[in-house]
Amino acid sequence: RRRDSPPPPPQDSVERIVEDAAMDLSLNPFSSGTRLRDMIRAIRASKTAAEERAVVRRECAAIRAAISDNDQDYRHRNMAKLMFIHMLGYPTHFGQMECLKLIAASGFPEKRIGYLGLTLLLDERQEVLMLVTNSLKQDLNHSNQFIVGLALCALGNICSAEMARDLAPEVERLLQTRDPNTKKKAALCSIRIVRKVPDLAENFMGSAASLLKEKHHGVLISVVQLCTELCKASREALEYLRKHSVEGLVRILRDVSNSSYAPEYDIAGITDPFLHIRVLRLMRTLGQGDADCSEHVNDILAQVATKTESNKNAGNAILYECVETIMGIEATSGLRVLAINILGRFLSNRDNNIRYVALNMLMKAMAVDTLAVQRHRVTILECVKDADVSIRKRALELVYLLVNDTNVKPLTKELVDYLEVSDDDFKEDLTAKICSIVEKFSQDKLWYLDQMFKVLTLTGNFVKDDVWHALIVLISNAPELQGYSVRSLYKALQASGTQESLVRVAVWCIGEYGEMLVNNISMLDVEEPITGNRI
Amino acid sequence: WILFQVHCHLIFLFFSASSQINFVLLISRQGKVRLTKWYSPYTQKERTKVIRELSGLILTRGPKLCNFVEWRGYKVVYRRYASLYFCMCIDADDNELEVLEIIHHFVEILDRYFGSVCELDLIFNFHKAYYVLDEILISGELQESSKKNVARLIAAQDSLVEAAKEEAGSISNIIAQATK
Repeated sequence: RRRDSPPPPPQDSVERIVEDAAMDLSLNPFSSGTRLRDMIRAIRASKTAAEERAVVRRECAAIRAAISDNDQDYRHRNMAKLMFIHMLGYPTHFGQMECLKLIAASGFPEKRIGYLGLTLLLDERQEVLMLVTNSLKQDLNHSNQFIVGLALCALGNICSAEMARDLAPEVERLLQTRDPNTKKKAALCSIRIVRKVPDLAENFMGSAASLLKEKHHGVLISVVQLCTELCKASREALEYLRKHSVEGLVRILRDVSNSSYAPEYDIAGITDPFLHIRVLRLMRTLGQGDADCSEHVNDILAQVATKTESNKNAGNAILYECVETIMGIEATSGLRVLAINILGRFLSNRDNNIRYVALNMLMKAMAVDTLAVQRHRVTILECVKDADVSIRKRALELVYLLVNDTNVKPLTKELVDYLEVSDDDFKEDLTAKICSIVEKFSQDKLWYLDQMFKVLTLTGNFVKDDVWHALIVLISNAPELQGYSVRSLYKALQASGTQESLVRVAVWCIGEYGEMLVNNISMLDVEEPITGNRI
Repeated sequence: WILFQVHCHLIFLFFSASSQINFVLLISRQGKVRLTKWYSPYTQKERTKVIRELSGLILTRGPKLCNFVEWRGYKVVYRRYASLYFCMCIDADDNELEVLEIIHHFVEILDRYFGSVCELDLIFNFHKAYYVLDEILISGELQESSKKNVARLIAAQDSLVEAAKEEAGSISNIIAQATK
């Protein structure tokens, strides 16, 4: 029926405006349908889920009809509608073939929305995707560079292993093209190909290494990332790149680090932090376990570590990556100390993102240089008391790793003191950690008992059963401390009897050793006698 | 014992050098999805679940907390701009601070493109927001660090679409259609 009707009037004509107005007033089921904008408005205006479903159902019906009629006029609009409906969470598989038809059309606008539809409505597991391979191949060879770009982007976002294999030669070829926009997309598309089919890594390593001479930043960041991916995929590629790219990388980093103000790439006073970071990352991959490489990059790492401004996030992002790299390669001890000091400074930064990141990194750094991390113990302890719960948790884990024979007593004292004032939702974690620490260092039984009694008094309700069972076992095996225990627990009970575990342990002790309590038997030097007749 | 195991695990962690963003999510303060792009395989069902979980996690976080949430062994970096939360999911070992910059890069480019972008722009022109994203990330990796270049490329492609529309609307075309 629609084929017999006249072509739609042009956008700005009076007929069209009138038609649209008629549409707004009454959704005529035989008309060409609503504009995208109007559908979105209708959906937003829905007051209930049922209302929204009704709008969506109506639109889907119109779109289905248009598809089965092979309607050319509103294909573009219908695809946009389908994508919107899909984003709301409704099923849209009836529209998948439309993507293919749009991609196969000759015009740029159709391909643009077709490829977008493809990457949104489908995922790599759908078999329908295979049907696009031929269109992709044609578009990868198109004379219009933007169409090539669309194909590379789609392939890079969604291709399956099979498609990757099929189209790898086209993508390889495009790495050599002159247009930087195409080159950078080809490089990133290659990353996906190599992730899907690691065997192909060796095909790309030559081009990747030579592309490091490029000047265009977009190409550089993509190619550097490609090199990193190649190293992960293939031992041969790693060795090849170690031999052929280290000097080039040092030069790239040095140039961008020393570059004067470049407005196009400037972020917070630094030229292209993204390029800095990617190069640092590749250096880490190349320098890991390789003394030669590590030596080559030593100086530039020191330069970046000392020169980079640390007052904005961009600079800190670079420093963070730099520290990761220093920790990951065979760095000199001087460089390592530099890295840990950066982390120490991070810990005192007002920005809690930076503190959080520093704590994470310090945990990793424990494996490399425990002593250096120990030096920051005081600041780390401060972070246990931070306002941000993510930071408190991280700091507590790190403190736990830092505990050793020398520092266990002062550290525990700090933690127990904090237990008194900490938030309720943190008390459980803190209690568990303290109990764990104390138990590990329980050779000094008197100290162990004192800590446990304090914890039971403050947060006994969070003390796990197996923990206070172990406490009782220790007391029963230590006759010289039984008198002390029962007296301490009695005093604690008098001061505060709200914690259930404290009451349990205390009552058990009084039951077992009551006479020691009453008669002050086997008192220790540190004790004062219990006077009064409250017993 | 624990220290030894931790030691081995931590050495292994250093070997990672990926940077891939697993997915991008834009949600409003009411939890409405404004944009999603998935660079790792998630089925439809999984996507809905992920969105629900993350909305619950992120929308309830206080304003003074850090911009990172740990979720299912991944990290989600998020930042709020007016009524929208921009979220990007990365692996646990990736550089969160850099991802904050990538989010900001994306937002600034959207801002220039739409001219002081607001949530309504992203609702009614969502497909254009996707076109912009596709010039910034491919396969979850950063593609272009120059905002000017991204703007230029989008403008060139928009012109191609405009030109095609004009050609289709030209009188000769209408006559040709009517007399087919």
